[in-house]
Amino acid sequence: MWTASLPPFVVFFIFAALAPLLKGKLKILLLLAPLWGGLNLYLTQGQAGGTTWQIGAMVLELYHVDRLSLLFGYLFHIAALIALIYSLHVKDTTQQVCGLLYAGSAVGAVFAGDLLTVFMFWELLAITSAFLIWARRTPEAIRAANRYVIVQVLSGVLLLSGTIMLYQQTGSLKLEYVGLQGAASWLLFIALGIKCGFPFLHTWLTDAYPLATPTGTLYLSAFTTKVAIYLLARMFPGEPILIYIGAAMTCFPIFYAVIENDLRKVLAYSLINQLGFMVCGIGVGTALALNGAVAHAFNDVIFKGLLFMTMGAVLTRVGHVNGSDLGGLYKTMPRTTVFCLVGAASISAFPLFSGFVSKSMVMAALLEQEQTIVWLMLLFASAGVFHHAGIKIPFFAFFAHDSGLRPKEAPLNMQLAMGLAAVLCIAIGVNPQWLYQMLPWEHEYSPYDLTHTLTQIQLLFFSALAFVWLNKQGLYPPELRSVNLDAEWLYRRLLPRTGGWVLTMVTGLRDQFVQVGQAVTEQFERRQTPTPTGTVTILTRRMAWVFIALMLLILASLTL
Amino acid sequence: MNHKPSQDGFFDDPNVVRWILRIFYGICVLLVVADFIVHRHIYTELERIPAFYALYGFIACVLLVFAAKALRTLLMRNEDYYEAPLDKEDIGQEKK
Repeated sequence: MWTASLPPFVVFFIFAALAPLLKGKLKILLLLAPLWGGLNLYLTQGQAGGTTWQIGAMVLELYHVDRLSLLFGYLFHIAALIALIYSLHVKDTTQQVCGLLYAGSAVGAVFAGDLLTVFMFWELLAITSAFLIWARRTPEAIRAANRYVIVQVLSGVLLLSGTIMLYQQTGSLKLEYVGLQGAASWLLFIALGIKCGFPFLHTWLTDAYPLATPTGTLYLSAFTTKVAIYLLARMFPGEPILIYIGAAMTCFPIFYAVIENDLRKVLAYSLINQLGFMVCGIGVGTALALNGAVAHAFNDVIFKGLLFMTMGAVLTRVGHVNGSDLGGLYKTMPRTTVFCLVGAASISAFPLFSGFVSKSMVMAALLEQEQTIVWLMLLFASAGVFHHAGIKIPFFAFFAHDSGLRPKEAPLNMQLAMGLAAVLCIAIGVNPQWLYQMLPWEHEYSPYDLTHTLTQIQLLFFSALAFVWLNKQGLYPPELRSVNLDAEWLYRRLLPRTGGWVLTMVTGLRDQFVQVGQAVTEQFERRQTPTPTGTVTILTRRMAWVFIALMLLILASLTL
Repeated sequence: MNHKPSQDGFFDDPNVVRWILRIFYGICVLLVVADFIVHRHIYTELERIPAFYALYGFIACVLLVFAAKALRTLLMRNEDYYEAPLDKEDIGQEKK
C-alpha cells in the first residue's frame, strides 16, 4: 500500500491518464491522487527518496527529500486537493487532465535533486498550465495564453542555458546553493525571476491569470510562482539584491491594484505583492526570514487560492468579475461572501488568520537586520494589501451599491473547496505551531505577543479608516472599465509597432531595389534586342555623350 | 435573475450601516488609547512616535489612493487599447 521510492509526481500523472476515462460522478475518484499521494508521502517521509533515472552516463535524481522540499510537497498536495474539489463540476476534461499534470509537474519540481530534472518539470509546468488558459476558449484568453507560453518557454531556455554553463564549470548538476556569481548563476537567477514575477518580468502573470478559466486560475495561482520561490530559497538564499527586488515587488503592484477594475487582475497584482514578501525574506537569508518566506508561501497558496476561488465562483455565476458592474452579491451568495472575508482577513494578516503568523516573521527578520527603510516599505505594502485585497475585493463584489444581480450561490463542490481553504486559513492562524514545526530551519518564533498583535490591528484598522474616509468624501477612485499600462506595453505595443515600422522600412527598401533592378534589366534587354525603328535609346544617347566628352578630352590633351 | 435593484438586504438599512461605522470608529479610538497604556516593545526609533502604526496605516493608504488616482491619468487607456475585441466568428476566420 505505501511505497517509499515512488516519486509523488508519478501518482498525479497516472491519475491524469485515467481522468478522461472517468465520467460523471466517478470523477470524484480523482481526489485519490492528492489524498493517497499525500498520505503516502506523510507515512514514508523518513525513508522516502533516492529514486534515480539513468540516461547514458547521466544519473538524474527524480526523488530527493529534505525538510524544505517536504514542506512544499505537502503544500502542493493540499493545493491540488482543494483545486480538484473545486473543479469537480467542470465537464471539460481538458482542465482536469491538465490540472493534474500541472500539479504533478510542480510536485516533481520540488522533489527534483538536480537541475536537469528541475528543467524538465519547469517546462512541463509551462506547457500544462497554458492549457488551463486556452481552456477558457475566448479570443482574448487564447491570445494571452500564446503570450504566456512564449514567456514561460523563454524562462525555461534561460534555465537550461544556465544549467549547461554551470555543468561545464563545476561538472555537477546537483541542485544546491548557487549564489550570484558568474554568468551561469545570473541566467538561472533571471529564469527564476521571470516565474517569480520580478518587476518588469511580471506581466505574463497579470496578463494571463485573469483570463484563465475559474478553476484554471486557482491552479495557476498555486504552483508556478511557488516552485520559483522554492528554487530561490534553495539556490539564492541571503542574496542582498533579493531584499530590494522583493521590496519593489511588494510596493508597485498595490498602485495598480487600487485602480484595476477586473477583480481577478487585482488578485493577480496582490499575488505579486505577496511574492514580494517571500522574495524579501529569502534575500535576508537568516533562519527566521527563510522560515517566514516559505511559511508565507504555504499560507499564500491557501488564502490566495481562497480569494481566487470566491472570484471564480462569482465569475461562474455572473459571467464577469468587473468591480464596476458588481455589488450586493452577499444577498444571494452569503457563503461565498463569508469565505471571501476569511480570505481577505488572511491576506491582510489579521491576527488569528494565517497571513499574520507568517508575514510577521519576515517583518521581524527585517527589523533584526536593521533594514528600516525596507521594513517601512513592507509596512506600507501591508497596509496597501489590506486596502485593495482585504477591503476592495469583498466590498465591490459583495457589498457596495446593489448591482441588481441575483446570482445563485456557488455549486456545492466549490463551496466545499472554499470551506476547506477557509478552515485551513483559520486553523493555521489560531494554531501556528502546526505549521512552524514543519518549517525547514531551526528557529523558535511566536507571533502572538502583545506588541505584534496591537500594532498590526492598529495598522489595519486605520487603513480601513482611510478607506471609509475616502469613500465618504467621494475621493475614492471609481471603478472604471479600462486598461492600465504596465511593462507589457513594451512587448504588446512598442515591439509590434517598431516591428511594423521596421518591416515597412525594409519592404520599402526592398521594393526600391526591385525597381532599380527592373530598370537595369530593362535597359540591358533593350540593348540586346535593338528596336527596329532605329531610335536611339537613352543609354546609347548617354554613351554617345560620354564618347564625345572623351574625344574632346583626348583632343585637348593632344593640343596642349 | 432579477435585475431590478431592491432594498431588501441587511446592509441596505442606513441604520445598520451607521451602527457598524460607529462601532468601527469606537474601536479605532480604543486602539489609539491602548497605544498609550500598553508598553510596546520598541525595535526602531520610529516606533517611539505615539500611535505610529495607526498614523502610518492611515497616511499610507491615503497617499496610496491619491498616487494611484494620479497614475490613472498617466496609465489609463481604453479597454481595447492593445487589441480590438474579437468575436468567436473572427477566430473561425483566422483558422481558415
